[in-house]
Amino acid sequence: MMRKILVTIALAGFAWAFLPLMFDAGVIDAPGNLASAYLENSPKDFAAANVVTAIVVSYRGFDTLGEVAVLFAATAGVGSLLTKKRLGLTGKTEEKKASTEILRTATGILTGLLVMFGVYIFMHGHLTPGGGFQGGVVIATAVLLSLLASPQSQVAHGLMTVIESLSGAAYVGFGLLGAFLAWGFLDPRALPLGRLGALLSAGSIPLIYSAIGLKVGAELSGILEALKGDRE
Amino acid sequence: MAIDLAIIAIGVAMAIAGYGAVRTKSLLVSIILSGGVSLAASVVFLLMGAPDVAMTEAAIGSALTTVVFLYALARSKQSDLETSDKQVGNPMEDATIPPVDPSLGSTGTGGRP
Repeated sequence: MMRKILVTIALAGFAWAFLPLMFDAGVIDAPGNLASAYLENSPKDFAAANVVTAIVVSYRGFDTLGEVAVLFAATAGVGSLLTKKRLGLTGKTEEKKASTEILRTATGILTGLLVMFGVYIFMHGHLTPGGGFQGGVVIATAVLLSLLASPQSQVAHGLMTVIESLSGAAYVGFGLLGAFLAWGFLDPRALPLGRLGALLSAGSIPLIYSAIGLKVGAELSGILEALKGDRE
Repeated sequence: MAIDLAIIAIGVAMAIAGYGAVRTKSLLVSIILSGGVSLAASVVFLLMGAPDVAMTEAAIGSALTTVVFLYALARSKQSDLETSDKQVGNPMEDATIPPVDPSLGSTGTGGRP
């Protein structure tokens, strides 16, 4: 009884604290100062058609590097905690149920298309909505589908490790290139900017986003592999 | 106006699905419902003009998180079975120590022949 009263009081307190926000909510007609500065400058500065990508990769590049580092730490933690030994799977040959005909056929058609779509998303991150994180997750979905379709199959662990570490090194490498050839760390103007809207434009933004996409895809595939119970 | 109505309708559906996910007894239903909440949220993001966020929400929120939860649920069920097997099976299988309570063996609640 006492607990319920306390919970109710706490909820009422939160409601009272957030009440002013409710009256401020709504659609703003014109973007604020910072937003309009981004909208105006990002096509001029970086020749990036997608302003969101220009913000994520260059204006707020450090945040993205931090996010990638957090994802790496999470993957490393999952991989070290969910080993076969800890899951109690050593020495046993688990009998895995074979998947259905429908899933296997659909996977054969869809896996290649999904990987292509993921690559498209992160290669066109500077032109259309999407980018490295979204493309990487789509690639991980393709890996998941093929794992579900054939439970006996395994993720190529060595290949994933190589892709993950090389793309991480490439990301930092492009950042350092910006520091030496342009105005600062992660500045995409280290490479020629090109014409606004072309695939090869916006300096090193597409290369950085491709590295992020490969890294995220490899890491999430590693998480799925660990959860499946294949990690030694 | 139509977009506003659609957003409100999806929002109400999200609230109902979220309440159901908290209240339901079955963890499987709860996981599926929270995946559905994420899918509806991605539609709302798209209607509000944020396709970047909508893609992230659809891919991570409704696909990958659901799968990770389902894997975790399967693993926890598996480990539940393993530990309960051990607790029931060990005293009966160990030949050197006889069962402490003979009535337990005769009633057959241990479940091991």
